[in-house]
Amino acid sequence: MAATNVPAHTGRAGPVAAVAGRLRRLGTGQGLLVTGAVVIVGYLAVVPLVYLLHDTFTGNSGFSLHAFARAYGGTSQSGTMMLNSLRFAFGSAALALVVGTCLAYVQVRTDAPFKGLFFAASLVPLIIPAILYAAAWIFLGDPTIGLVNTLFFKPLFGVSPVNVFSIWGMTWVQGLHLAPVAFLLMAAAFRAMDPSLEESAAMSGAARRTILRRITVPLLRPALISAALLMFVQSLESFEVPGLLGLQNGIYVFTSRIYFVLRQFPIDYGSAGAYAVGLLAIAAVGVLLSGWLSRNARNFQTVTGKAFRPRPVELGRARPWVGAVVIGYFVLTVVLPVAVLVYASLLKFYQAPSVNALRTLSLDNYRKVLHTPLAFTALKNSLILGLGSATVVMLITSVVSWLVVRTRVPGRRLIDTLAFLPIVIPGLVLGLALSFVYLRVSLPIYGTLLILLISYCTRYLPYGMRYASAAMGQMSRELEESAQVCGASWFQTFRRVLVPLASGGILAGWVYILVVSFRELSSTILLYSPGKEVLSVLIWEQFENGQFTVLAALGVCMVAILVTLVFIAYRLGARVGLQAGSTS
Amino acid sequence: MLTIDSLVKTYDAERARRRARTGQAGRVHAVDGVSFEVTEGELFTLLGPSGCGKTTTLRAVAGLERPDSGRISLAGRVLFDGAAKVNVPANRRDLGMVFQSYAIWPHLTVFKNVSFPLDVLPRGRRPRRHQIEERVGKVLELTELGAYAQRPATKLSGGQQQRLALARALVTQPVLMLLDEPLSNLDAKLRESMRFELKRLQRELGLTAIYVTHDQSEALVMSSRIAVMNEGRIVQVGKPREVYTNPSTRFVAEFVGTSNFVRATVVSTQGGQVTVDTVEGRLSIHGALSAPPAGSEVLVSIRPECVDISVDKPDAAANQWAGVVANRAFMGDSVDHVVSVGKLEIRTRANPTVSIPQGTGVHLSIDPAKIMIVPLD
Repeated sequence: MAATNVPAHTGRAGPVAAVAGRLRRLGTGQGLLVTGAVVIVGYLAVVPLVYLLHDTFTGNSGFSLHAFARAYGGTSQSGTMMLNSLRFAFGSAALALVVGTCLAYVQVRTDAPFKGLFFAASLVPLIIPAILYAAAWIFLGDPTIGLVNTLFFKPLFGVSPVNVFSIWGMTWVQGLHLAPVAFLLMAAAFRAMDPSLEESAAMSGAARRTILRRITVPLLRPALISAALLMFVQSLESFEVPGLLGLQNGIYVFTSRIYFVLRQFPIDYGSAGAYAVGLLAIAAVGVLLSGWLSRNARNFQTVTGKAFRPRPVELGRARPWVGAVVIGYFVLTVVLPVAVLVYASLLKFYQAPSVNALRTLSLDNYRKVLHTPLAFTALKNSLILGLGSATVVMLITSVVSWLVVRTRVPGRRLIDTLAFLPIVIPGLVLGLALSFVYLRVSLPIYGTLLILLISYCTRYLPYGMRYASAAMGQMSRELEESAQVCGASWFQTFRRVLVPLASGGILAGWVYILVVSFRELSSTILLYSPGKEVLSVLIWEQFENGQFTVLAALGVCMVAILVTLVFIAYRLGARVGLQAGSTS
Repeated sequence: MLTIDSLVKTYDAERARRRARTGQAGRVHAVDGVSFEVTEGELFTLLGPSGCGKTTTLRAVAGLERPDSGRISLAGRVLFDGAAKVNVPANRRDLGMVFQSYAIWPHLTVFKNVSFPLDVLPRGRRPRRHQIEERVGKVLELTELGAYAQRPATKLSGGQQQRLALARALVTQPVLMLLDEPLSNLDAKLRESMRFELKRLQRELGLTAIYVTHDQSEALVMSSRIAVMNEGRIVQVGKPREVYTNPSTRFVAEFVGTSNFVRATVVSTQGGQVTVDTVEGRLSIHGALSAPPAGSEVLVSIRPECVDISVDKPDAAANQWAGVVANRAFMGDSVDHVVSVGKLEIRTRANPTVSIPQGTGVHLSIDPAKIMIVPLD
C-alpha cells in the first residue's frame, strides 16, 4: 500500500558480455533458476488476464459483446452503480488526501505535541483490516444502535442523523482507513522538500497565503496528484467497505456488484467478467497515470547540495489546539473503533453501554470462537497462506529483481513490467479471473488452498518486487564482482553474497506480504471453498449471518495477531535497518 | 545601518536532546548575547565553525527565526524588539537573501524565479508588467543569465543556479542582503571566481551585506569586516587583516588560518618589545599590541608562512631554532614542512621551490615583528 510509491529501482550498467555469456549457458543452475522465475512471473501475471478477457468477450459463437450488454445495458442500473463507484472513490480519496496531507504537514513541519500518535495512527491500515474497520463503524454509526447516535446525538439533539449504511458512511470509513497511507506518502513528500524554498519566498516579500498558493502547492502537486490517484484506485478496488456497508441499502459499486452477480443463481460469469473488465480498465488508467506523473515529477528535483535541516514551524499559541486536534483524530480513528470492537466482543447482543449492558459482559463470544472447529482451520489456513505466499513471492522476486537491476539481459524490462502488472488488478477481479482459469484447466487446483496461494502470490508480486529491487539496487556492484573474482560461481555469489546483503529488504518485504496476505479478503471471497476458509472469510461469514458479537471477538483476535506480527516486523526492521545502513 | 543588540536565541531541551549528544541539558544557547553594527556599503562577515550560531543570527535578521530577546533595527526601523514585542514578519522586512541551497523554485522558469519578489509586492507598490520585465532583464544581464531567461530553473548548472539566487535577491534592490554560505555548494575553481564576482557586484552596486561562512579564506578575501563567532558569541570583530595578524584569542588564531602555538613566560616588556621564554629558548617580539607584565604566562602564535626554513644557518641573530624535518607536504602553491625543534613541532610554509627531504637538519628563523601574543585561555 504505502510501498506503492517507492520509486522504481535504478538500473546499473555492467559487463554486458560477461552476463550474456553466463546466460547463454542455460543448462546451468543459474540458467534454470532465471528461466524458472521468468516463466512463473509470466504465468502468474498474464494467464488470469488472458482468461478473463477471453471468457468475457466470448459468447456462444465466438467473439461477442453480449456479456457487456447484460452487465451495462437496460435494467441493470449500471449507470447508478458507476456513479456510486466514482462518488465513493472520489470522496474517499479526497477525504484521505485532505486528512493525510494536513497530518503530514503538522508532523513534518511543525512543533506540534504528541507526534508519537501519528506513528501509531499510521499503523491502522496494517493492523486493522478494512473489514474490521467497517464492522467497528457499524457499531458506531448504525442509525438505530450506533453509539454515535445513541450516546451523542440522541440525548443531546434528539435525532439520530448518522447512518453509516449510506454513500457518505462508506466514504467516511474508507477515507479514514486510507488516510494513514496518504499521510505516509505526503509526509515523505514534505520531508523531501527543502524548507528554504518557502523561506526564500518569504524573504521575497510573499505572505503566508501567497507562499502556500504559489510555492508549496505547486511543488507538492506531483506528489498530491499521484497520492490522489492511488487513493482513488484503492477505494475503487475496495470490496470490504462497500460489501459491509453498501449491500444493506442496495448501494452498489463495481466490486460489490461483481460479488452480488456471482451470488445469484444462475451465475452469470459473463456479466461479472464485464464488470471486472470495466473496473480493471479504470484502475489501470489510474495506476498508469500515477506512474507517468511520478516519473515526470523527477524533473522537479533541484540540486540542493548539502542536506538541509528542516526547522519546524513554531505553532506558538496554536500549539495546544493543534495538540487537541491530533488527540481527537487519534481517538476517533484508532481508539474508538478498537474500543468498540472489544466492547462488542464482550456482549451477548449489541447494545449501547448501560448498567444492564455492563452487567452482561462476558467472554462467551471468545468461548464460542474457541469451540468453533472452523476457527482453528481458518487460523491455520491463514498462517499457511501468509507464510507460503511471503516466501514464494520473495524467492521469485529476489531472483527477478537481480535480473532486472543487475543484468542487461534482453527483455528484462518486459519481465519488470510483467512483475508489476498485477498492481492494476483489483483483488476481486483477480479472484474472478483465477476461477475462470481453474474451472477450465483440468488441474486439481480449484477448491484447494493452492488456488488461494496462487492468488496471493500474484497480488503481492509487485510489492515483493519493490522491496527486493530496492535492496538489490542499493548494493554496490563491486561486492558481487569481488565474490566472482574470488572464484565463487554465480549461484554461490547469489546465495552467499547477494541474498545475505539484501536480506534486510527481502525480510522487510517478506513480513509485509505475510501481514497483508494474512487478512486478504477480496480475492479469497470468490475462491475459497468449504473447509478452506481463512480468518477474514470467517469474519465475513459472521457478518452475513448477523453474528456481530462473535464477529467482534474474532476481530479482536485477528487484530491481536496482526499487532504481534507488525511488532515483530518493526523489531526486525529496526535491526535490519541498521544493517542496511552499514552495508550501503 | 543595521544594529543588533544583545540578541539571544535558545532552543528548548526537547529539541536540544534530539539535536546532538553534546551532553548539555536544558536550554541550549544558539545565540548568546550577540551585538554588532553594520555600516552602509559594508560586507560584514559572520565567521565560525558549524554550530557557532552564525546562521541562526542571520536567520534572526531575516525574520525566519524568532529570537528570545534583543533588538534588531535596520535604517531606523525596528525589525525585532524582544522587550517591546515587535517582530516584523520576514516578508515585510524588504531584505534580499541567498540561501545555502539556493532555494531555486523548480516549478518556475529562470525569469519567473527572479520576477517573483516583484510579482508579490502589494498592488500599490507593484511595478507594471513592462517595468518588471525590464528590471528582471537588467538583473539577469548583471548576473550573466540573460540568455537563459525562459529556461526551467532546474536546467541550470550549479554556478548558474547560484547566480540566479543572487539575481532574485537583488531584483528588489534591498537595503540589506543576507548571504548564507552562498558559495559552499560550488566546486573549488568556481568558488574562487565567484568570490571575486560577488565582491565586484557588491562594490559596484554599493550593497550592504551580511555574509555567513565557515571558510576563513573566503571571509578574508571578501569581507570589509569579520565577526568571528564561537559557541553563540562574537569573539572578535575587525578588518580581515586585523583578525588575521592580531587574533584576540587562541580560538581566533586557530580558526583563521593555521598557526603554531607555543607556551611562553614573559621575561620583559619594553614598549612594543617583548621578550618571552619558551621550552626551546628565548624569543623576542616586536610591535606587540598587548603588553603583558613580566612573569605572566602567554601563548605565542606563529603563522607557518612567517617561519623561514633553510639548510644553511642564516645570518640574522634573533629568534633562531635548529631542528630536523619530520614531515613534508606538497600543497601545490606551497610546501609545508613540519620541523621538530626539541620538544616542539613547528609547521613552516614556503614557496614550492623549497623542498627539503625528511630527516634533514634545518634552521628556522622567525621575524620578531610577525610573532603574535595571544592571551592564555
